[in-house]
Amino acid sequence: MKGGWFKVYAIGYLVFLYAPIILLPMFAFNDATIIAFPLTGFSTRWFEEMLDKPALTIAVKNSLFIAVTASILSTTLGIFAARASTRYQFPMKAGLMGLIMLPLVLPEIIVAVSLLVVLLGLGVSLSLWTVILGHVLICTPFCIAILSSAFQSLDQSLEEAAYDLGETAASTFRLIILPLVMPGIISSLLISFTISLDEFIIAFFLAGTEPTLPVYIFSQFRFPQAVPVIMALGTVLVVLSIVLLTIAEYFRRRGIAKSGGKDTGGFL
Amino acid sequence: MTEKPTMIAFQDVHKYYGDYHALRGITATIRAGEFFSLLGPSGCGKTTLLRTIAGFEGISSGAVMIDERNMAGVPANQRPTNMVFQSYAIFPHLTVGENVGFGLRRAGLSKPELATRVGEALEMVGLKGYGDRAAHALSGGQRQRVALARALILKPKVLLLDEPLSALDKKMREQMQVELIRLQRQVGITFILVTHDQEEALVMSDRIAVMFEGEITQLADPETLYRRPNSRKVANFIGTMNFLPAMILAEGAGKIEVEAKGFGKLTLDAEQAPGGGQASAEGAAIGFRPETLTILFDGQTASDRETMAVIEEVVYFGDMTYYDVKLDGCDAPVRISMRNVFGRPVLDIGTRTRVAWSPGALVLFR
Repeated sequence: MKGGWFKVYAIGYLVFLYAPIILLPMFAFNDATIIAFPLTGFSTRWFEEMLDKPALTIAVKNSLFIAVTASILSTTLGIFAARASTRYQFPMKAGLMGLIMLPLVLPEIIVAVSLLVVLLGLGVSLSLWTVILGHVLICTPFCIAILSSAFQSLDQSLEEAAYDLGETAASTFRLIILPLVMPGIISSLLISFTISLDEFIIAFFLAGTEPTLPVYIFSQFRFPQAVPVIMALGTVLVVLSIVLLTIAEYFRRRGIAKSGGKDTGGFL
Repeated sequence: MTEKPTMIAFQDVHKYYGDYHALRGITATIRAGEFFSLLGPSGCGKTTLLRTIAGFEGISSGAVMIDERNMAGVPANQRPTNMVFQSYAIFPHLTVGENVGFGLRRAGLSKPELATRVGEALEMVGLKGYGDRAAHALSGGQRQRVALARALILKPKVLLLDEPLSALDKKMREQMQVELIRLQRQVGITFILVTHDQEEALVMSDRIAVMFEGEITQLADPETLYRRPNSRKVANFIGTMNFLPAMILAEGAGKIEVEAKGFGKLTLDAEQAPGGGQASAEGAAIGFRPETLTILFDGQTASDRETMAVIEEVVYFGDMTYYDVKLDGCDAPVRISMRNVFGRPVLDIGTRTRVAWSPGALVLFR
């Protein structure tokens, strides 16, 4: 049979990717504390219990605050850097861009430890803002990578045309550049939001007394009875992620359709 | 006809990119209402020169004057010029109407006024009723028209066109050439076209500046450029030119005495050596266009001079036939183009034939 083994490989690969995620809701709705087959019955009590935990609510709020702030800050920084690197020539450009992109490959634990040492040395007390600082540091390279390709595909004569027709540099940016790179900006916000939301190491080192969601989840694994609640929480997060990605992809495609560009592939 | 006033004046314009000398002392004037072309191979500086008018490139020294005003320090958005870009630069996220009306955003027009102006501009370029279409859904030719309407709606003193037809196919290009000429006559403003296509420049322009390596080599009307190119470079760039080695024997009183292989001793007018320069006995050449020589068929006589030749190669083009021949007394091959006439045979290779020529069609290069 031609291609038979490829089919097996493809199916095996998909199972490997998605089986753990499918197990998540199965045990989240299972009426037992122990995570094991066979399933004992349907229940939504883990979800009710989840909503009952004030510590969890605080962790979610912290994480959302950090993720939203970090994604906006890193995308803003990314816009500046991507614009500079695609539009202007300046001395040591390659070296500088390399340095900015370095955190992409730097182990997070190194970033976390060195940030901790520096912050403590400067006498900065740990808070949500120190986590945001760390997250901006690791998110910005991703934002630059995404935004650079968005700015790169922008025809420079579009800017010149707007300028030629009487607009200023600022109004050209607002009227022409911003709308055309908007799909890239949305992608960048989304990616950095996601990175920040599930980041553990930096949050663990720099959060001080306020846990983020991943840190809270990790701490809960010490208590076996809390595990089904974590499963329920995981289910909610998966659903949220899918909804978020769908919305982002919708806007991205609409942006492409509107500007008549070629679809160069998104997340979905 | 009175001389039209000067619209643009370049005064010894130099432009350096680091060590690279892109514009090397450009001095030229472009008249008001003129269709002017900057013609040259890629990298000759023609686009750079155009962009110094638009204000997208600064200059290193010299001056660019538009309508008697020095443009030093005047940014692109305050110059009385508008540009049609090579890529058209149509804003893809706006409609055709929004694109065309873009430059009027700051004019403070009421909505109906704006709509009227946009409608007029679209009608002028033959896109009436296209205002609500999405700009990205247009064909190449339509984008070109939108770009024209968008630039002309501001009623600039000068319209700059950066290789506007290079992205179109041959048919569309020829159609747009005619249309650009019509538009230019209609609006009456100065058009400056950058092109590497000599045919396009000849067809459309009142005057052409031929550029090589950052300098204007010759600035003249199309006919002068074709008939009296001032250098081998210009002669080769515009059309086809035959060259035969020649010796300058004597010079004076507006006459030049030359001996050229295949043509013998000749007396030319000084006007036939438009390149000027010092008389040098060695390395001179006589140039002539393929259509200035005529193969004589039975019964035909030359109106001026006549010589014998052998046909070495025949290239048949339908309406034309190109013959590569060797004139008696000259080893270098010469190309002759003949318009095919019904009933007249195409000659075979090896045929010995009479060729008519005229000293007045020759150009001397030193």
